[in-house]
Amino acid sequence: MYCLLKLAPLFLAVAVCNGWLFGDFVGKQKEQDEISLWPLPQKFQSSAVAFKLSPASFQIVHAKQSSAGPSCGLLENAFRRYELHSPLFTFEPVLLYDSDLVELQVWVTSADPECDGFPSLQTDESYELSIDEPSAVLKAANVWGALRGLETFSQLVYEDYYGVNNINKTDISDFPRFAHRGILLDSSRHFLPLKVILANLEAMAMNKFNVFHWHIVDDQSFPYMSRTFPELSQKGAYHPFTHVYTPSDVKMVIEFARMRGIRVIPEFDTPGHTESWGNGQLDLLTPCYSGSSPSGTFGPVNPILNSSYDFMTQFFKEISTVFPDAYIHLGGDEVDFRCWESNPDIQKFMAQQGFGTDYSKLESFYIQRTQSKGYMVWQEVFDNGVKLKDDTVVEVWMGNKMEEELQNVTRAGFTTILSAPWYLDYISYGQDWQHYYKVEPLSFPGTDAQKKLVIGGEACLWGEYVDATNLTPRLWPRASAVAERLWSDKSVTDVGNAYNRLVQHRCRMVKRGIPAEPLFVGHCRQEYKGL
Amino acid sequence: CRCFLTLYFKIIMIVLCNYICSFSMAHTGTHSQPVRSCLLLVVVSVCVQQVHGVWPLPQQLHQSADRGCLSPQRFSFTYGRDSAAQTGCSVLDAAFKRYFSIIFPDFTKGSGLLMLSVKTGGCDGYPDEDSDESYNLSVSEGQAVLRSVTVWGALRGLESFSQLVYQDDYGSYFINKTEIVDFPRFAFRGLLLDTSRHYLPLHAILKTLDAMAYSKFNVFHWHIVDDPSFPYQSRTFPDLSNKGAFHPFTHIYTQSDVMRVIEHARMRGIRVVPEFDSPGHTQSWGKGQPGLLTPCYKGGVPSGSFGPVDPTIDTTYKFMESLLKEVKFVFPDSYVHLGGDEVSFACWQSNPNVRKFMEKMGFGKDFTKLESFYMERTSIVWQDVFDYHERIPQDTVLEIWKGEKYQAELSRMTQAGHRVLLSAPWYINHISYGQDWRNSYAVQPQNFSGTEEQKKLVIGGEVAMWGEYVDATNLTPRLWPRACAAAERLWSNEEKTLNADLAFPRLEEFRCELLRRGIQAEPLFVGHCKHEYDGL
Repeated sequence: MYCLLKLAPLFLAVAVCNGWLFGDFVGKQKEQDEISLWPLPQKFQSSAVAFKLSPASFQIVHAKQSSAGPSCGLLENAFRRYELHSPLFTFEPVLLYDSDLVELQVWVTSADPECDGFPSLQTDESYELSIDEPSAVLKAANVWGALRGLETFSQLVYEDYYGVNNINKTDISDFPRFAHRGILLDSSRHFLPLKVILANLEAMAMNKFNVFHWHIVDDQSFPYMSRTFPELSQKGAYHPFTHVYTPSDVKMVIEFARMRGIRVIPEFDTPGHTESWGNGQLDLLTPCYSGSSPSGTFGPVNPILNSSYDFMTQFFKEISTVFPDAYIHLGGDEVDFRCWESNPDIQKFMAQQGFGTDYSKLESFYIQRTQSKGYMVWQEVFDNGVKLKDDTVVEVWMGNKMEEELQNVTRAGFTTILSAPWYLDYISYGQDWQHYYKVEPLSFPGTDAQKKLVIGGEACLWGEYVDATNLTPRLWPRASAVAERLWSDKSVTDVGNAYNRLVQHRCRMVKRGIPAEPLFVGHCRQEYKGL
Repeated sequence: CRCFLTLYFKIIMIVLCNYICSFSMAHTGTHSQPVRSCLLLVVVSVCVQQVHGVWPLPQQLHQSADRGCLSPQRFSFTYGRDSAAQTGCSVLDAAFKRYFSIIFPDFTKGSGLLMLSVKTGGCDGYPDEDSDESYNLSVSEGQAVLRSVTVWGALRGLESFSQLVYQDDYGSYFINKTEIVDFPRFAFRGLLLDTSRHYLPLHAILKTLDAMAYSKFNVFHWHIVDDPSFPYQSRTFPDLSNKGAFHPFTHIYTQSDVMRVIEHARMRGIRVVPEFDSPGHTQSWGKGQPGLLTPCYKGGVPSGSFGPVDPTIDTTYKFMESLLKEVKFVFPDSYVHLGGDEVSFACWQSNPNVRKFMEKMGFGKDFTKLESFYMERTSIVWQDVFDYHERIPQDTVLEIWKGEKYQAELSRMTQAGHRVLLSAPWYINHISYGQDWRNSYAVQPQNFSGTEEQKKLVIGGEVAMWGEYVDATNLTPRLWPRACAAAERLWSNEEKTLNADLAFPRLEEFRCELLRRGIQAEPLFVGHCKHEYDGL
């Protein structure tokens, strides 16, 4: 905006405002606060007619026809978050003026608004938003769609030259392209303090992500505090008090996520990636042998002992009560067979079962005995021929032969989500968000029925080099690229246009307190204040 | 801890810290029982021998397992009677305050004695290229003595001392018997921040200066302006930032901001070398100074865009002279960085006036005339100036930034008798997956073909954090601890510090120490710190 005031060095002004990279877009000079929705809605019509909103008089209310009312805690909470004076809007009222737009009516249409429910894979997140005088109307089947619409509404509001909140006459009809739009955070390689997780749930909601894939434990540490087996975190966490998630922490994460329409899918990866489990649960892991004697090191979960299964049954019983989502991620990746091979008892067991030397059969044996409710697994479990329940979601993570894998998994009739192209822990110099943006999840050869089985994707931020110090700027706005790919229409692929919108969107995140890193040279009107 | 001992401190000057608990003999090896005096509380893990490294590694360090505990209630710093510096020495008074709370984070006050005696005063001066930063630190039973020639050396010694103190599981503070003889390998150990491509709020710069002091960096190279924005508020030419900054009020450095940076740096023994890069990299200058930049031509008419500074008109030189005069007045350091890199000749060539001028002068392209205005001060320039120009004053320092073949460039430049700064291998704005600090660590600045004399002309190096993709949101974790690798290369003995695997645990520990001190340093690899980062 400031730049527009000065017309003389136009090229420079625009270049600075929009970043230097896209010289081609100089012609389309953009006002700094021009609407920049992210992710882009499916259908969007906007006119130049602008209405004023006054922080003093404008309010978000339940529509008369709505099935949700003031007793709907989830929406009441959301209204407060999206009120103009809330932290999500840091606009300061400069002038007193009459509002053109006095209210946003939120109209939940289905009989059960699901105020106290949890979002699920089947949740309808669609909404319609109509901005007109004197009232704007947000219409959605349930509270989840209403949440998405509220976020969009908040992104439509902009400040004019005089600091007044404006919103243009707009009609939006929106729904997600994919049902599963996830972020994976890894709290085992480094412990992530609760507030980092909560802040990122907030950022997820701004980007319309709806699944928090919580890779909560792994080889390095076991921060999940189990009621049934408290020794797991007492002995397996980096520190038994400061580096754990207590039951109330977990509850808070789940509730905070629910309030934002985000599912929490915990991952308890077995039988590999379980070193830290062994500290608090003796005899759970396979003793590795060196020659004919135990070497003192341990491998994957010991699949030949009944005690392992008894433990897993009890443990996962707890997990399915603690985490309300219909899905648990069981991992199953990167099982190192060498330790199993070295162990004479396991060799004997293999012979008894007639598995020969095919250790994937042993893995299969293990997985089948630990199946609980709905679950997700990493692709190896499918690759190794484990018999899976029909509703299993297979997560494709290996970069090589990704399309082939998608083809195979869907041909076998399984639903799948894609994370291979979106390993955000791999960093490089420059604008790598463009690579994430250009991915087309359905580009693999297959029938329409097969393509329908791809239910979404996940951006993964593994924790080897990431902790509270650098997680948030490393994740945002790079994950935003994935967010738009998973929400918006397939045809939304213009990188230049995305760049302009994303620059604004990242400034919006910064303004809302999320330290999202810059895309390129430039500035935000309100720079990051933390540090 | 009921064990007493007087630790006293002499900083050429003598720092006397009395009543530190006594030295009990703890044995080497893990889980050794403490002997007698360190009583009940101190049972198993307490006297685990803690190896507390210092980063960057001192030139000579001898540590024994003997340790004494420090009592924050009784610990204090004082100036010795024979010290040239006494109470009122701004640099050291402030340093004591700082280091007390660094050493004893849980305590706000202490009482007791600190004796400090300085032979050479200089408390109100600025560090410069000749500053002697050496110090000797001796922590033994009964006393700790820190000797240095200057206050700047005292600061380095205090930093090392602070890194030697550790806490056991019960919160008691200890320090092992230690002898350190230390001095920097290179006199110029710099870090570049770029405040033009993104504006960096003042507190981000101050925080960086803190972390620099912890790693014994001593030069802040402030790449303050460039093409994208001109945040420096000039008193002579206020329009430069009024029109050239991202925002004329929120995205600028006022004179008092600059003063604060310089003083904050001085207190930590850090020089501030500003860079006003010209004649290229000056797009933002043109907004507030019409007529400064060369109008580019397209097909015989001005295209509306501008190139480098216009070298053909007198007003340019008058402007530059005034601006540089101000810069030299505002920034006390004897060096100014004049840039001189990446000048695009295309625009100059397109402009008929420039072509005419070149004809008239016979060579034209050479920017020596402008450079002559800078000569009152020693200047640093980027390597391009050496690569493309013949006549460069002998005392000009050349900074190497081009990544490939920097060894060959080192040979050529030192052969020509120039002093050289190396930053090519330390462009740490370039990020990649994994432990890239190891690459920075492996750099050997004097490993090029040349005589001993030539090698001496390498006066140091710089870590550069260019700002294309960096602002306040990600600066600190991207900078630390990655910059620490170069810090050690520039300070420590290379032969003792070539093995990155050996350095790893010490750096890991140092990174946790940075976190404890409030620096948002990112992790090196999987693991945890006792005090995790508490922000977002």
